[in-house]
Amino acid sequence: MKAFTQHQGLVAPLDRPNVDTDAIIPKQFLKAISKTGYGPFLFDDWRYTDGGGMPGQDCSQRPLNPDFVLNQTRYQGASILLTRDNFGCGSSREHAAWALADYGFRCVIAPSFADIFHGNAVSNGILPVRLDAETVERLFQECFSAEGYRLTVDLEARTIETPGGEAIAFEVEDGIRHRLLNGLDDIGITLQSADAIRDYEQRRKQEKPWLYTEPA
Amino acid sequence: MGKTLYDKLWDDHTVQRNEDGTVLLYIDRHLVHEVTSPQAFEGLRLADREPWRKDSILAVPDHNVPTFMRHTIEDPVSRMQLETLDKNVAHFGLREFPLNDSRQGIVHVIGPEQGFTQPGVTIVCGDSHTATHGALAALGFGIGTSDVEHVLATQTLLMKKSKNMRVTVDGKLGKGVTAKDIILAVIGRIGTAGATGYTIEYAGEAIRDLSIEGRMTICNMSIEAGARAGLVAVDDKTIDYLRDKPMAPRDDLWDQAVAYWRTLVSDPDAVFDKEITLRAEDIQPQVSWGTSPEMVVPVSTSVPDPAEEADPVKRQAMEQALRYMDLKPGTPMAEIPLDKIFIGSCTNSRIEDLRAVAEIVKGHKVAATIKEAIVVPGSGLVRLQAEKEGLDRIFTEAGFEWREPGCSMCLGMNPDKLGAGERCASTSNRNFEGRQGAGGRTHLASPAMAAAAAIHGHFVDVSQLQ
Repeated sequence: MKAFTQHQGLVAPLDRPNVDTDAIIPKQFLKAISKTGYGPFLFDDWRYTDGGGMPGQDCSQRPLNPDFVLNQTRYQGASILLTRDNFGCGSSREHAAWALADYGFRCVIAPSFADIFHGNAVSNGILPVRLDAETVERLFQECFSAEGYRLTVDLEARTIETPGGEAIAFEVEDGIRHRLLNGLDDIGITLQSADAIRDYEQRRKQEKPWLYTEPA
Repeated sequence: MGKTLYDKLWDDHTVQRNEDGTVLLYIDRHLVHEVTSPQAFEGLRLADREPWRKDSILAVPDHNVPTFMRHTIEDPVSRMQLETLDKNVAHFGLREFPLNDSRQGIVHVIGPEQGFTQPGVTIVCGDSHTATHGALAALGFGIGTSDVEHVLATQTLLMKKSKNMRVTVDGKLGKGVTAKDIILAVIGRIGTAGATGYTIEYAGEAIRDLSIEGRMTICNMSIEAGARAGLVAVDDKTIDYLRDKPMAPRDDLWDQAVAYWRTLVSDPDAVFDKEITLRAEDIQPQVSWGTSPEMVVPVSTSVPDPAEEADPVKRQAMEQALRYMDLKPGTPMAEIPLDKIFIGSCTNSRIEDLRAVAEIVKGHKVAATIKEAIVVPGSGLVRLQAEKEGLDRIFTEAGFEWREPGCSMCLGMNPDKLGAGERCASTSNRNFEGRQGAGGRTHLASPAMAAAAAIHGHFVDVSQLQ
């Protein structure tokens, strides 16, 4: 996993709540069997006006929706997504996190995230930052009013620094912070506990043998 | 202090507690389908790892499967994904119900149907509707592909415990009101993020009165309220449901299992972090009007007016939804004309759902204005059972198409989708923009409501039908 320590980047404001994973990456792109190449199809139905792309399609000639935030000149190159409540709700598709990462997003700021998406983001080196709704509203207003609005996200210090020099503190679970700071492979960490897993399994077989009979 | 059912399941699967409050949680059962597994298997191969416990895994193709002429998959990308599942299963020596197996079906239908899902197990799948299995007091939840790989490689997940929420539905449901209406009403009440960070236990007389199939419909949509898992305590219905299921324990092991399963209820003095109570008598047949499952109203009412919403973020979301759905505030829900009808999905494709549809459509015809009405059973075994009961003939005589099992038009990864602007009464679980096809408009409803809508060409209040 790509480590996340500090990141400074351009902010794109996606001003709607309950952005679901079907919107982040529509179903037809879930047919691919790789983890990469989803960036051009991020927010496909909102970003293009041709009624939906196809996996593997060259998007360079597709008609863009000029009203969609990521198509506006001032947000080109954005790597921090600012959005509203319950971002990433709906399906468990990790393709949503892959698409955001492949597009170039390293951080998503919102008042709240759906649980499965939150985990998927972290697994892909994207930092989800929860801030209270008032602060998010303020960042939206600052972002709308200042072209080239950039934030500095410091995971080490657990702060977001605004262009005005204000440092906004955020909370993040210690385990998630540790994994992101070090870019750790979860499976590798868990396998250090292989003996504990085997011991547990032995006990479980004794206590609940019906779970270990060969199914029909 | 007593323990909730969720506390008991959590504690029983805790392998190791970490300093940061997370837990290494043991996973008993792993359902695998073609969409969210290829990258996980690839990860295993790249790291030269083997699945930790192959007998914990059951693989089945469902999302891409065509529901007619299923062995000629025209979309090469879909075909490749289905073939990739078969190859991975063969490579790692796993168990699969392939396309030509009568047990094949939607992953969340076949797990309970086979007795692969049992009370007291943890069961995961790269699919958010894994909450379905909680109807059997199994702790089931959806995971992303990185976690699929993690479970394959380690039989565990690193997790933080959720809080406990109890949703109690007291009293008796009225005529024509079903499990689907209960869960839509719950989501309408608490919102799509209302249970984020919680596991929901559903309780109360109206839940106890439901069949296991009805309880699955409720638990299935827990994720639409933000909860990764939903649960219902074990009772006689749970035990009766599992008796004689192919993968359920036998003989002495059955007795041992049942003795344990009986303990899988919340203690009387257990404390929940949040309690929600609904009266069954107050719940009417529900229909969604917008693009989030929380945008739902009783069918007897009208499309709501954003002008009456005080919160500006919510108001804007309502306006966006109305634009997408091409609806005007104040329009009676029953006057909205429909183009297509979809009966199916992991929410409502079990035999009980099909019986409810048959009861409504028997002797009637699908309205001439409906372009397509399809019934997609949840599994090959549901399909066979329905045919044994003659339900398929009732459907086809009424003008429905009787299809083969799969996820189908719930998300349109196979050829079944909505065209741009088409409006569908759907028994599925999500009415997101483009969910059933780019530009398609979804109205979520119960099987009985969708069936009645097929006959009339628009929604009708099934509680008022004679």
